[in-house]
Amino acid sequence: MGRHRAAPPLLSFQSSMMKLSPKTISYLQVAPLTLVLLVFLGIPLLAVLAVSFFDYDDFNVFPAFISMNYVELITSSLTYKLYLTTLKFTFIVWALTLVIGFTTAYFLVFHVRKLIWAIALFLLCTVPFWTSNIIRMISWIPFLGRNGIFNQTLIFLGITDKPMDFLLFSDFSVVIAYVHLLTLFMIVPLFNSMARIDPAVMEAAVDAGASRWGVITQVVIPLSKTGIALGSIFVIALVMGDFFVVRVMSGGQTASVVLAISNEITLLQYPPAAASAVGLLVMVTLMVSGILRLVDVRRELTR
Amino acid sequence: MDTKGRNGGKKGNPKNPAKAKKETTWANRKISRRTLLKGAAAAVGLAAGSGVIGKFPTIWAQKIKDIKLLQVGGSYSSIIDIAKQATKDLGFTIEMQNASSDALVNRIATQPKSLDIANIEYVNLPLLIPRGVLQGIDRKRFKYWDKVVPIFTKGKYPDGRTVSRQGVSPYEVQYIPSANAKDFHDGPSGWLTGIPIVYNADTLGIRPDLIKRPIEHWHEILNPEFRGKTAFMDMPSHGMMDASMAIESRGDHKYGDKGDMTPAEIDLTIKVLIDAKKAGHFRAFWTTFDESVNLMASGEVVIQSMWSPAVTAVRARGIPCYYAPLKEGYRAWADCLSLMGHLSGMKLDAAYEYMNWYLSGWQGGFIAKQGYYSSVPETAKNFMSEDEWGYWYEGKAAKGEIKDPYGNHMENAGHVRDGGAFWERMGNVACWNTVMKENRYLIRKWNEFIAA
Repeated sequence: MGRHRAAPPLLSFQSSMMKLSPKTISYLQVAPLTLVLLVFLGIPLLAVLAVSFFDYDDFNVFPAFISMNYVELITSSLTYKLYLTTLKFTFIVWALTLVIGFTTAYFLVFHVRKLIWAIALFLLCTVPFWTSNIIRMISWIPFLGRNGIFNQTLIFLGITDKPMDFLLFSDFSVVIAYVHLLTLFMIVPLFNSMARIDPAVMEAAVDAGASRWGVITQVVIPLSKTGIALGSIFVIALVMGDFFVVRVMSGGQTASVVLAISNEITLLQYPPAAASAVGLLVMVTLMVSGILRLVDVRRELTR
Repeated sequence: MDTKGRNGGKKGNPKNPAKAKKETTWANRKISRRTLLKGAAAAVGLAAGSGVIGKFPTIWAQKIKDIKLLQVGGSYSSIIDIAKQATKDLGFTIEMQNASSDALVNRIATQPKSLDIANIEYVNLPLLIPRGVLQGIDRKRFKYWDKVVPIFTKGKYPDGRTVSRQGVSPYEVQYIPSANAKDFHDGPSGWLTGIPIVYNADTLGIRPDLIKRPIEHWHEILNPEFRGKTAFMDMPSHGMMDASMAIESRGDHKYGDKGDMTPAEIDLTIKVLIDAKKAGHFRAFWTTFDESVNLMASGEVVIQSMWSPAVTAVRARGIPCYYAPLKEGYRAWADCLSLMGHLSGMKLDAAYEYMNWYLSGWQGGFIAKQGYYSSVPETAKNFMSEDEWGYWYEGKAAKGEIKDPYGNHMENAGHVRDGGAFWERMGNVACWNTVMKENRYLIRKWNEFIAA
């Protein structure tokens, strides 16, 4: 937006028809997106917010303004249990995707010497995304199952004599699937940030006596803060908002916040579902704004 | 129309319905000018809901070709082949879409105009009828009503015994007092909530090769012997029923009405489930047909709640699977076709035509080969071979190979259907899928169970 203000004033005044102030032009430029967001995001969100205060019985939803849905949400121990489970998964998955994503991006940017190879390998990372993520997730099931390839192999090699049941329909399989599905969302922004790091800065660090680890902690990590922040936002928002992966991979034995919402919707209990959705939205918004507070993504991106 | 299909079980409609329609049209040439005008007016959409019922003036016969009816239902019953055959036989277009039960109920409740005909489970009716999104079906205009099995029409078996009312029994939600009523009618009335189409009696599926002993009671699914090798359905409407069947069978508790538990009974049931879950009793909870097939076929579970065609699907892979008839009886379910409230005029007439076609036999023969029952078995019989009828309905050993509706191998000659003949299975219903009065509480408790 700022850039337009700096545009040569002549351009705007060439035509007498175009006597719009730069400020107006800026507003006009953001207008289409604002409109789209308002219609397709703002209004539905307001509707959800409104419904969350409605009253309901088994058959109908009554427009009203009651806080019962929120009171029930906040006072139920179930809510806390669900958030605890969901946050546990979010944290584990975030940590794992961050480590794997950082290592992969670091390797691609700093260890692959030829740019063409780096790009080729980067594209290779995206190959799994050419198939549906449902297929990618479900293919873990026959692999990890009691009589699956992995257990069969272990038994064949004599490493275990009994199949390991914890591999599938457990927290373990949920985390595996999440990490598999979401690591790319960490790799892409990290790759992007690291690729912007001037190699001269790193050389300077080495010249100044920094160890390889020192370069990573003192130079690379601070300069990829934007990538870490963006990747974290993706991963956290996706895990917090998921119910399908957790349901399928835990064999329906673990619940998440959204799974509980979906169970309520099954019986057309929209108001409590809306209240839970608003609760989740607040939670995710807090987490994202926390991240944005730590890292000024906008400044870093326009750097 | 009753003679329709008497051609030795060959597929296809023997009598050309287009011709039949023309006959009706010609037979009605003497209708008054006023009626004709009314019909014409309705045809161009000026007067919806005119009084011409089941008789098509000429102009209608031309216009009816343009009619499209959209049916939405589960993939197991709203099958595209049925829509194709109906379109061929009726002369107007039937379109079909599939949706999961949850998605469908939400769609009907919130966007009732986005479909014309709802293929829902009877258990959904208590949630939908009070919302006024469906319209009653005029019993007189559905010509097979007298031939529908008495489970639906009278709530009784042919031998006079009363069908279990535990859970949402179809009979209880079959009638409404008037076309647009929002509550049910106790006992038969002139208005139907839906036309029964497919139904079945569900029980536990087992792997006889891995269990190696007979399974005769519901409590076996809670037997610690099978720890880590059992699965339930991940739906309170079905899962709670299976659990309560097992709990009752084990002798823990005798429910007043399994289909309508008190909060204390819900607590008790959920506690048993949570304890079992914490002990690692369950391998998984499934929601889709495929999941249940894969759980069984891969040996993840050896005993689980299952649907009949899923058992067949496991067996079709060469893996032994048995749909165990249990002493306590079956958990049954039934599907119906309901009319959406917005249908009127010619579209409504077409919908009645379609419903009459639906139970004229072709569909019944088709779904029988999937292991489901038709609500008018006598018309379905005309579209099945003698061997098929003997196998699917009479519990006789198959004389030849039994094939599915698409001609794929299902069972070898000599096999007998698990659970035996039609009335041996359907005549032993212990309870139906359900929605409870305490649903709000139930959902919270169920969520607690899943989160435990």
